[in-house]
Amino acid sequence: MRHLLSTRDLSRDAAIHILDVAEDMADTQTREVRKLPTLRGKTVVNLFFEDSTRTRISFEAAAKRLSADVINFSAKGSSVSKGESLKDTAQTLEEMGADAVVIRHGASGAPHTLAASGWIDAGIVNAGDGTHEHPTQALLDAFTIRRCLHGSASRGRALDGVTVAIVGDILHSRVARSNVWLLSALGARTVFVGPPTLVPNHLEGWPAEVSFDLDATLATGPDVVMMLRIQSERMNDAFFPNPREYSRRWGLDDERLARLGPDTIVMHPGPMNRGLEISSRAADSPRSTVREQVANGVSARMAVLYLLLSGERED
Amino acid sequence: MSNSSFLLSGATLPDGSTADIAIADGFVVGVGDGLDSVDAIVIDAAGLQALPGLVDLHTHLREPGYEDSETVLTGTRAAAAGGFTTVFAMANTSPVADTAGLVEQELALGEASGYATVQPIGAVTTGLAGERLAELGAMASSRARVRLFSDDGFCVSDPLLMRRALEYVKAFDGAIAQHAQEPRLTVGAQMNEGEVSTRLGLAGWPAVAEEAIIARDVLLTEHVGSRLHVCHVSTAGSVEIIRWAKARGIAVTAEVTPHHLLLTDDLAESYDARFKVNPPLRSAEDVAAVREGLADGTIDIVATDHAPHPDQHKDCAWPEAANGMVGLESALSVVHSAMVETGLLDWADVARVLSSAPARIGRLDGVGAPITVGSRADVVLYDTTASRTFDVDDLAGKSANSPYVGRQLPGRVVATFHRGVPTVLDGALRPHDEVLAGQRAVVGRG
Repeated sequence: MRHLLSTRDLSRDAAIHILDVAEDMADTQTREVRKLPTLRGKTVVNLFFEDSTRTRISFEAAAKRLSADVINFSAKGSSVSKGESLKDTAQTLEEMGADAVVIRHGASGAPHTLAASGWIDAGIVNAGDGTHEHPTQALLDAFTIRRCLHGSASRGRALDGVTVAIVGDILHSRVARSNVWLLSALGARTVFVGPPTLVPNHLEGWPAEVSFDLDATLATGPDVVMMLRIQSERMNDAFFPNPREYSRRWGLDDERLARLGPDTIVMHPGPMNRGLEISSRAADSPRSTVREQVANGVSARMAVLYLLLSGERED
Repeated sequence: MSNSSFLLSGATLPDGSTADIAIADGFVVGVGDGLDSVDAIVIDAAGLQALPGLVDLHTHLREPGYEDSETVLTGTRAAAAGGFTTVFAMANTSPVADTAGLVEQELALGEASGYATVQPIGAVTTGLAGERLAELGAMASSRARVRLFSDDGFCVSDPLLMRRALEYVKAFDGAIAQHAQEPRLTVGAQMNEGEVSTRLGLAGWPAVAEEAIIARDVLLTEHVGSRLHVCHVSTAGSVEIIRWAKARGIAVTAEVTPHHLLLTDDLAESYDARFKVNPPLRSAEDVAAVREGLADGTIDIVATDHAPHPDQHKDCAWPEAANGMVGLESALSVVHSAMVETGLLDWADVARVLSSAPARIGRLDGVGAPITVGSRADVVLYDTTASRTFDVDDLAGKSANSPYVGRQLPGRVVATFHRGVPTVLDGALRPHDEVLAGQRAVVGRG
């Protein structure tokens, strides 16, 4: 793998392979010594133009457990805040010998621009770009779903026949975008659920169904209910009347939690707004995989860094 | 080249006939077979398409204020390279062209160039701020004789201000050239709203944001009995509204850019900011509709919206990049590709949409005339049989933000005459001192 920019580029086999490598990585994390020598001498730069402590430390843990050297570059208080361009930052990292750049950027497509620019030779991992994609989140989500369904027999398997309801602000969600392509590649079915203002109008050709009625969707017995965070900036821009109404119609409250089928799991990429899109009981219930998702995130990111930085590089 | 007489022998005229074209002292002095070539420099135009010098109603020359992108000199060089002999300079310079003094400065910079006639466009509102009318009358009465006013880059979105502007310019046969973009519907917009924008996670610029303003403005124009020009029409719905308005007898004219005739929004998939423009590239259905609108006369003209930007404003992530593309050098080839090769227009139509009609809309007398005796000698010779991979070297302005670099385009400008002075010969720009000397000689004699 040269870069990981989007899950849309991943074939079914490639996706299963990444998840299988993530299983191998997860296995190593149960040992007494969790650190592997695999990426010794490699340099991974976490280039974060947006604040995201959770994603950054997950990548940092992944890289360190593979023995890579990690440089954290945060835009705040750096040359970027003094007006340095993406181009100059990239060329600086190139000269410092970065082997992989994990980039989080508020501008959709910034990782593509970096990968296509010729400014830098490093492998690029998209750690979330604007409202475009967040591929490692989708990988850790698929990994989590697969483990819930198949446990220790997960290796080699896809997600055929699984139905995933993704609920909330689909329009602005990079998590939803990365999930829909990966879930489709793995044979799962996706239903987008949310208010019509927050579900895109133009989904021609997308492997996703659309529902504006959470209760109707839950009644169909989805295997997975994935709740998305409602960003505070949506509250004041007429996407919905107010948080209470949102919560009543599209929140996973205790009453809806009680109606879920026995095997339905509840996911959330975090950070959660408890009491808005998800109730505290739902978040903390045995169905919730929120904490597993965090742990699996490290394994999935180890797999991505490993595949990017070890072995033959295809240009 | 002090001689100011030229004989373009055996050129193909827009109507398809073949003739020699004699040029002397800035004017066309003969059109016919076997014209006398004594004292004239003979240019073999056999097989070349002669067109009246092209007129661009929508050019951003960037000077004063943004000379790192373009100057009047470099922009008019780009114009000449593309076969243009007149450009209307948009008002969004810094300072904004919103007073008589500033439009006269722009006019003077054009005269100092000589590569093309520069006709200033005045701002509708002071500083393009959309709050109060600029001194439209003073600009109209100035030496620049401004007739077209535009806040291009911004929409005159306040309906009352738009009504007043339309009414006011009736006093001097002016027109308002509207950049139709409902600002509230396009907050943060990055590209055409559709499946591609959804997939790329780029905020959408919906067609309705253009169409709603055009619909409002044609009704206002009818109500006050004025004249409206719609800049860069980009959607199928806009074409429908303008068709309806024209059928109703409303005095509306419209332009389409070359890029909206050829390129579609899926080019954004590369996140290559060369394809970022406002209004954005639209769908294939929209492209088909604007082509049809241009072919049936609903859309009157092609205008480039030539918008130069320095590299650093394009060499970045898409949402951070500037809107706009250069277009003067490639416009004729793009129209050739999108409209002539498809059989939608013939060369007489091209002469209309790229020369006579824009001059008429801009009320610029003596410009855009057909190639006949007595006309100002603004003439282009164009090789319709050529084909080339468009290259950065084909650009003659200061900026390289062309969406066509690397794309195969038909045709090639072989020669351009501006007021009888060659600005391009054998496909190459003539030196500035030579062009200026030629212009002085013509003006001296005229």
